[in-house]
Amino acid sequence: MKEFLGFVKKEFIHIFRDSRTLVVLFGLPVAQILIFGFVIQNEIQDVRIAIHDKSKDPVTFDITNKLLSSGFFRLEKYLTSEKETETIFKTGRVREVIVFDDDFAETLKREGTAGIQLLADASDPNSARMIVSYTQAIIATYLKELNRDHQLPLIIEPRVRMMYNADLKSAFMFVPGTMALVLTLVSAMMTCITIVREKETGTMEALLVSPLRPVQIIAGKVTPYILLSCINAVVILILGYFIFQLPIRGSLLLLFGETILFISLALSLGIMISTMSKTQVVAMFFSAFVLLLPTLLLSGFIFPIENMPKVLQWLCYAMPPKYFITILRSVMLKGTGIAEVWRETLVLTGMLVFFISVSAVRFKVRLQ
Amino acid sequence: MNQRKTIISVNNLVKKFGGFVANDNLTFDVHEGEIFGFLGANGAGKTTAIRILCGLSYPTSGKILVSGFDVYTQREEIKRNIGYMSQKFSLYEDLNIRENIRFYGGIYGMSSSAIRRKTDELIEELDLSDIAGTLIRDIPLGWRQKVAFSVAVFHEPKIVFLDEPTGGVDPLTRRQFWEHIYRAAARGITVFITTHYMDEAEYCERVSIMAEGRIEALDSPENLKNNYGVKTMDEVFLKIARK
Repeated sequence: MKEFLGFVKKEFIHIFRDSRTLVVLFGLPVAQILIFGFVIQNEIQDVRIAIHDKSKDPVTFDITNKLLSSGFFRLEKYLTSEKETETIFKTGRVREVIVFDDDFAETLKREGTAGIQLLADASDPNSARMIVSYTQAIIATYLKELNRDHQLPLIIEPRVRMMYNADLKSAFMFVPGTMALVLTLVSAMMTCITIVREKETGTMEALLVSPLRPVQIIAGKVTPYILLSCINAVVILILGYFIFQLPIRGSLLLLFGETILFISLALSLGIMISTMSKTQVVAMFFSAFVLLLPTLLLSGFIFPIENMPKVLQWLCYAMPPKYFITILRSVMLKGTGIAEVWRETLVLTGMLVFFISVSAVRFKVRLQ
Repeated sequence: MNQRKTIISVNNLVKKFGGFVANDNLTFDVHEGEIFGFLGANGAGKTTAIRILCGLSYPTSGKILVSGFDVYTQREEIKRNIGYMSQKFSLYEDLNIRENIRFYGGIYGMSSSAIRRKTDELIEELDLSDIAGTLIRDIPLGWRQKVAFSVAVFHEPKIVFLDEPTGGVDPLTRRQFWEHIYRAAARGITVFITTHYMDEAEYCERVSIMAEGRIEALDSPENLKNNYGVKTMDEVFLKIARK
């Protein structure tokens, strides 16, 4: 028994002296519960909408107020023309536009029914479906109140239009997300592991002693993965196009440019992680938690970012895949050009420069 | 003996890591074509010094010339003129012998035809033709080390640095390994070797023995044994390490 207790004690010492084990033991469950709990919410909140009120009468004001005071919606802009609707969707600033027909209150009074149009950005079909049903429910509640004072029931039947993805195909959502995921995995994880493998087996020393410059070594390691990642991207796009009928409405050139930017970013992230890990196991561990989980959960790939608590949203803004997925959806589904996605492109470029600088500095330090 | 050309010249080499002095004022010369043993207990500062001589890290101070090139400013030239083999090998386990040789020949800028010709010669010389196409991971440790050494001198460097090259190998294989070292030295390659095995120290022309960052002794094994009045290098080493 004493021997056994001695053994248990030794095991505890292992655990408490290894901060990584502690993180896995206690940090992971807490993080998982919090992230999953908050991320997987099938409710909506603070969805940005725009309203195009052609009538501007007491009834439309009432409905607008009901919508905005529900807590589910936030008004981004009042629109004044049909043309504005198209542009505001392309910039991705709103998820839904509500259009009240001319003489709304008049028509409702006279004919017992009036027209309202709900346009939703269905490049993310799940959210679009949810946003539209919430809007319909609020309008229906308002009507119920109104009908209390009327003998003849009034009817407002919203005409729903799902923009960019009329059939609400979920492939439209998961193909860009999968592309971001696969590119992150292949580019970042694989480069990271292959560089660390050389450190582990001792061949890295032999390379550093050779006349090759460190830049050449890294570039040599990374080049095959750039090519493989590009092939991967093309395969995903071809599958999406032919099997899931995913349209590519924007410029193919822009799409490839952005893809290469993202691949470079993922590679630089991989290089950075490789400078921080000594063994392949640590590199795997690092990659999985730094790359895989955030890409799945915090990129807007599966779960809409708007519905998350503020703290998690900030975390999302630090995730490169988030920007890439936004760019992919805009360019492929909405046919937007660089004019609408320059902000995301700039963020990705900034991250690329940051990761490369950090890796370069860390690489130098190691050589001293 | 004293007329031989100096190929590595180290003057007052100091390397500090923060407050810790890893190399404390080392001064020594290595002659061209010599087999120079660089001994010392673990942590005596051998690896630190080798890394500086190979251009992998900068000294804190001192004047060091390797093959006539300055370690501060001419690292590229130094790297072109040296070969290196460490206690972990420098071979790729998932490449076969030929592919490993090809790769290293390539990064030292050798032409394809030269690589091919020399590879055939080497495989002939080492009697490797049966396993030339076998992956490194599938051949025995002793063989791997011989191949690793041959790869380290494949581009005919002026100096080859061997950092505990025979770790974990039986005495017989070690002896065969040393035959290769002698052959390389006979071709004019200077051999700079660190080892823990004192029988190997006897094979060196001159040895230096480090303790706590300083060189405590430097001479031929014969003279060292006479000076300390003992019969083996083992005893010399223990006397110096215990001081």
